[in-house]
Amino acid sequence: MSHETLISALYVFALAAFLGYQVISRVPPLLHTPLMSATNAISGISLVGSIVTAGAQYNTISTILGFIAVVCSTTNVVGGFVITDRMLKMFKRKELVKKE
Amino acid sequence: MQTYFIELSYLLASILFILGLKGLSHPESAKRGMHLAEFGMLMAIIGTLMHHEIVTYTWILAGLAVGSVVGLAMGLWVPMTAMPQRTALSHAFGAFAAALVGISEFYRFGGHLENKVMMGALGFEVMLGALTTTGSLLAFAKLQGLVRGTPMTYKGQNIFNMGLLAVTIGIFVYLVFVPGSMPLFFTMVGLAFVFGLLLVMPIGSADMPVVMSLLNSYAGLASAATGFVLSNKVLIIAGTLDGFSGFILSILMCRAMNRSMTNVLFGAFGSAATATSGGEQEGSMREVGLDDIATQLAYANKVVFVPGYGLATAQAQHAVRELADVLEKRGVTVKYGIHPVAGRMPGHMNVLLAEANVPYSALYELEQINPEFPTTDVAVVIGANDVVNPDARDNPTSPIAGMPILEVDRSKSVVVLKRGQGKGFSGLENPLFFKPVTGMLYGDAKDTLTRLVQAVQHA
Repeated sequence: MSHETLISALYVFALAAFLGYQVISRVPPLLHTPLMSATNAISGISLVGSIVTAGAQYNTISTILGFIAVVCSTTNVVGGFVITDRMLKMFKRKELVKKE
Repeated sequence: MQTYFIELSYLLASILFILGLKGLSHPESAKRGMHLAEFGMLMAIIGTLMHHEIVTYTWILAGLAVGSVVGLAMGLWVPMTAMPQRTALSHAFGAFAAALVGISEFYRFGGHLENKVMMGALGFEVMLGALTTTGSLLAFAKLQGLVRGTPMTYKGQNIFNMGLLAVTIGIFVYLVFVPGSMPLFFTMVGLAFVFGLLLVMPIGSADMPVVMSLLNSYAGLASAATGFVLSNKVLIIAGTLDGFSGFILSILMCRAMNRSMTNVLFGAFGSAATATSGGEQEGSMREVGLDDIATQLAYANKVVFVPGYGLATAQAQHAVRELADVLEKRGVTVKYGIHPVAGRMPGHMNVLLAEANVPYSALYELEQINPEFPTTDVAVVIGANDVVNPDARDNPTSPIAGMPILEVDRSKSVVVLKRGQGKGFSGLENPLFFKPVTGMLYGDAKDTLTRLVQAVQHA
């Protein structure tokens, strides 16, 4: 990793940290559980790293490890978003509840 | 051109992830926000599939298929009461994936990484990923009841843990400056896996909300480190967002218990701690009859339900909503007081009650509901203990002193639904149960609440 890449990566990290703090602190306790499953699903983006490892055929071990990592990350992405959607559907306003 | 497209898809994903999380500031915008994030993820995956280094798609597609099936099954069939367990498992998966990517990158370079920064990020990623994997799996086992929920401690535990951590970090630092030793690398990984177990072992069930948030944070930080290793900005962003989210939540949980993070992680609350708490309570607990309570509820102006983890174990969330409905038809104002650490993970009670169709406008946070207790006719405590324990407020020598509580003892009348006369998860006596204002209603919560529904209808 060259120095320029490292510095720009650090910029991204620092900005993400500040932005993350601002965005997350506005999530009410009501939605803390979906927040945990959503952030977990989003961090499943590590899938993009394991996809390359599983398909680049560097060597047998890397391919196997990559495959397992793809399975784990995909489980998180799919499962995480499905569960978050499911939870969010359950939060209803009072008027809507009375209509049922 | 191809790389350009991939990079653009990552940029789009980053933006959509941030917008998605921003949407979580309100239940109405949350659903739309999530769809944006999902679309971003899809774009990033499709973009990656066009990466020039990919030679064969077999393993990728197989992995995507297996993962999707497992993920879908977990997502659709896990009941809300098992949400903490599922969350712990997903932390384990995420951290494991990060650790595996790190290990395979290390292997790809033949164990010889000259670049100190990259080796540093890789070591960090692998260590954090490994310990979070085993720590989360143990958390899952504790939550699921496969392992004892009480803290497992032994003499000198903290020193041993610190020592183990020091050795692991020592190897890590050595590997950064003297690259190339594979056996040493795998030793470090192995030690990290062990450390994860040891870290979570002494944590009691009551402290789970903090641990869950911390593990969420670590899993995210491991992904962020992966981003540094792979020079992938969307990974850095997503990992940092996840990492900070978990970190903020764990600080909130600690504040809600009025304990410092070090105390939670290393204080083994619930075992030795209780020895110094107050002695036996004087007086006795007053048991009340179901019909009396039904009458009290039926003719009340305002009733506040205070749920705890017991509500989840009794699967009584639907029953409490039925009771609330019956009371509201009679013109009673019904509210729910939710303590931040009620349950086994942040927001646990909210999700449980939402599943039972309780509108979120009826759910009140601690600061909102506490001022209302003096004007509350009946406060109904269901399976909650520490969060309504007045010792936190009145007794400076109590282990939970200073912890913000729901002040149900200020209500005109308190009813406590409890399975039996036991001491709850922290082993502390609760003076609330002995106060004259409180009546105890023993039995299974679901059963009790269902019978209350019938009794109120006839009142």
